[in-house]
Amino acid sequence: MDFLNAFIVLANFVLVPAIAYGSQLALGALGVTMIYGILRFSNFAHGDTMAFGAMVTILVTWWMQSVGVSFGPLPTALLALPFGLLGCAALVLFTDRVVYRFYRAQKAKPVILVIVSMGVMFIMNGLVRFIIGPNDQRFADGERFIISVREFKQLTGLREGLAIKTTQGITVVTAVIVVLLLFWFLNKTRTGKSMRAYSDNEDLALLSGIDPERVVMVTWLIVAALATIAGVLYGLDKTFKPFTYFQLLLPIFASAIVGGLGNPLGAIAGGFVIAFSEVTITYAWKKVLKYALPENLEPSSLVQLLSTDYKFAVSFVILVIVLLFRPTGLFKGKAF
Amino acid sequence: MKKFLAATAATALMAGTAFADGHSSEIKIGVILGFTGPIESLTPAMADGAELAMKEVTDSGKLLGGTAVTPVRADSTCIDAAAATAAAERLITSDGVKGIMGADCSGVTGAILANVALANGMVMISPSATSPGLSTAEDNGLFFRTAPSDARQGVVMTEVLMEEGINEVAVTYTNNDYGKGLADSFQAAFESAGGTVTINAAHEDGKADYSAEVGALAAAGGDRLVVAGYVDQGGSGIVRAALDSGAFDTFHFPDGMIGAKLEENFGDEIDGSTGQHPGTDSAGAAKYTDMVGGAFDATSPFSPESYDAAALIMLAMQAAGSSEPGDYKATVMDVANAPGEQIFPGELAKALDILAGGGDIDYVGATAVELIGPGESAGNYRQIVVEGGKITTSKYR
Repeated sequence: MDFLNAFIVLANFVLVPAIAYGSQLALGALGVTMIYGILRFSNFAHGDTMAFGAMVTILVTWWMQSVGVSFGPLPTALLALPFGLLGCAALVLFTDRVVYRFYRAQKAKPVILVIVSMGVMFIMNGLVRFIIGPNDQRFADGERFIISVREFKQLTGLREGLAIKTTQGITVVTAVIVVLLLFWFLNKTRTGKSMRAYSDNEDLALLSGIDPERVVMVTWLIVAALATIAGVLYGLDKTFKPFTYFQLLLPIFASAIVGGLGNPLGAIAGGFVIAFSEVTITYAWKKVLKYALPENLEPSSLVQLLSTDYKFAVSFVILVIVLLFRPTGLFKGKAF
Repeated sequence: MKKFLAATAATALMAGTAFADGHSSEIKIGVILGFTGPIESLTPAMADGAELAMKEVTDSGKLLGGTAVTPVRADSTCIDAAAATAAAERLITSDGVKGIMGADCSGVTGAILANVALANGMVMISPSATSPGLSTAEDNGLFFRTAPSDARQGVVMTEVLMEEGINEVAVTYTNNDYGKGLADSFQAAFESAGGTVTINAAHEDGKADYSAEVGALAAAGGDRLVVAGYVDQGGSGIVRAALDSGAFDTFHFPDGMIGAKLEENFGDEIDGSTGQHPGTDSAGAAKYTDMVGGAFDATSPFSPESYDAAALIMLAMQAAGSSEPGDYKATVMDVANAPGEQIFPGELAKALDILAGGGDIDYVGATAVELIGPGESAGNYRQIVVEGGKITTSKYR
C-alpha cells in the first residue's frame, strides 16, 4: 500500500484537471446565471460571447507577440485581456441596444427572449468564424509548466509524477479573484445592491428610483467580463476553436441549472459538481487502486465505470437527477 | 425574327462544338478528396499529384489518339458520407467524369462505392482508403486502391514495435472506420506476436480537452502509446494531453498522424517516437520527387499514391482502347502488374506508346505499385523516427 503515490496519480489525472475545468465552467455559469437572475432569460449566446471575447484577446495577443511585448513567464494573453474585455463589452452592449432592448420594451415573455438569444448565438458564431476562421488557434506562450512531471519526480523521488500547467494555475487564481470581486460588488456596492433589488422585484425597484437601463447596462458589462475571462482561460488551457465554445454551452448550462439558475453561489458549486463528475466517472481507477489497496486485492481490469465517450452524457444524467429531486437546483435558485 | 434566327443558329453551332468537344478531345476524371475536414492538410498535395499525372498524359497527346484529360475536383469532407455521396453523384451526372481518383478516407470511400460507383458502373481508384473492410466490399470489379489495407499496416506496425523491443502498448483510435479498422487489425497482429495491448480506446475528433481519455490510457499503462488518429484533429489533442500529464513520452504514429503538422505541433517533445506510412524507396519515389520539383510537397503522405491512382486510370483506358469504365475496369490489373516493361513516373508517354502498339506494361510508378487480391496495393511502408524534432526515415519495409 502506498497512499502517497496513489494520491499523486489521482491529483495528476483527476484533481488538477477537474479543478481547472470546474473553474472555467463556474465562470461561464456565473455569466449565464447573472443574465437569468437579472434579465430573466436563458442566454444561449453565452458560449459564443465567450468565443468572441477570446478571439479579440487572441488578435491583440498576436499583435503584441509580433511587436515583441511579453509578460515574462506568464502568457501574453493576460496583457491582452483588457482589450478583449472592451471588445466583448462593445459587442454585447451593441447587441442589447439593437436586439434585446426592443423585446424588453415590449415586455416579451422569457421564452421569446430565449429564441432571440439563439438567433444572436448564430450571428456571433458566424462573426467569430468569419474573422478568425474555424480552425484551432494557438496563442499560449511563456512557461508551460509550474511544475512538470520530470521536475516533480526529481524533487520528491516518488515513482509517480504530478504536472501543473501554468495555465491551470492561472485559471484557478483568476477564478478566485473574479468570484471574490463579483461577490463584493453585488453585496457591498450601491450598484450591486440595486441590481439585486431589480432582480428580486422589478416593480418595487423601479418605485424606489432605480434606473432599469443602468442596471441592464452594468449587468451586460459584468457578463461580458465574465465571458471573456472564461473564454480566454479555457482557450489558454486547452485550445481555441470556435466550435468547442459552442459545445461548451451544454456543460455550462448544466452547471448553472444544477446549482440553481439565478444563484451565483450555485453556479460555482454547479461548475465543480459537473467537472468532477465528468472526470471521476469516466476515469479508470486501476492505477490509483494498485497503490491504495493491498497487493492481493489489486484489480486486474481497468475499473472504469463509463467509457470516456460518455463524458457529456454524465452532465445530463446529473442534470436530470437534480431536476427530478430538487427542481430549484442545489442552492435555491429562482428557476421554476 | 431575323435576330431570333441568327441567335438560334449561333446557339446550335456552339452547342454542336461543345458536343464534339465532349466526345473527341476531352476526358474528365474526378478527383474526390477531403479538401475540408480532418485531413485537409494532406489533400492539396494528393490532388496536385493526381493532376500532375493527368497533365503529363495530356501534354504527351498520346491517350486514345490525342485526348486531353481534365481533372474535376470535388470535396469528400473525409467524414460526411452524405456530402461525399452527393459530390460523387454530381461528378458523374453533371460533370460526366469517366473515372474517379478517390475517395480518401475509408468511410466515405465505402459510401461512394456502395451508393454511387456501383449504381453508375464507375471505376474508382482510391489513393488512401486503407480500411480492411474495403477488401471484401461488393465492387463488381470497379474498385481499386493504390494504398494497402490496414490489415497489412497492423502487421508492419507490430514488426516495427517488436524490433524496438516494445511488448506492451496502449492504443487509442479515432472513432471511425479508419481508426477502428486499424486499431483492431493492429491489436490482432500484436497479440498474436506475443505482445500485450493494455487498452484499446476510442477518442472523438474535434474536442478541446482530452485529459479524461488520457487518464484512462495512463491508468492502463504501456511502454508506448499508439495513436491511430488524425494529426489535424483529436490525435494531436491526445498527444498534447499525454505529454502534459506525463502519461507517455514516446508514441507510435500510423499514417494519419504523420505530416508537417506533427513536427510543427510538438517538435522535439516527441523525440524517439516511431511510426510508419505507406511509402517506398524504389527508384520511382525519387523520380516522382524530382519531377515535382518544388511545386508541392512530393513526400507528403499519399501524394505519390494519388499520382499512381490517376496514372492507372488513364493507362487502363489506353489498354482497353476505350474511356468507358465498363470497358477499362478489366485492364487495370493488367497494366499494374507484370509481365511487361516497367514504367516509372514521368514515363507515361512511353507507356501509352507501348499500349497503343499492343504491348504489355508493368506499372511501377512512384510507390512500386503491385495490385493483389481484390485490387489493392501489396504495401510498402516508410518507417520513421522523430529525431531532434524532425521526422526522419529510418528504413523502408
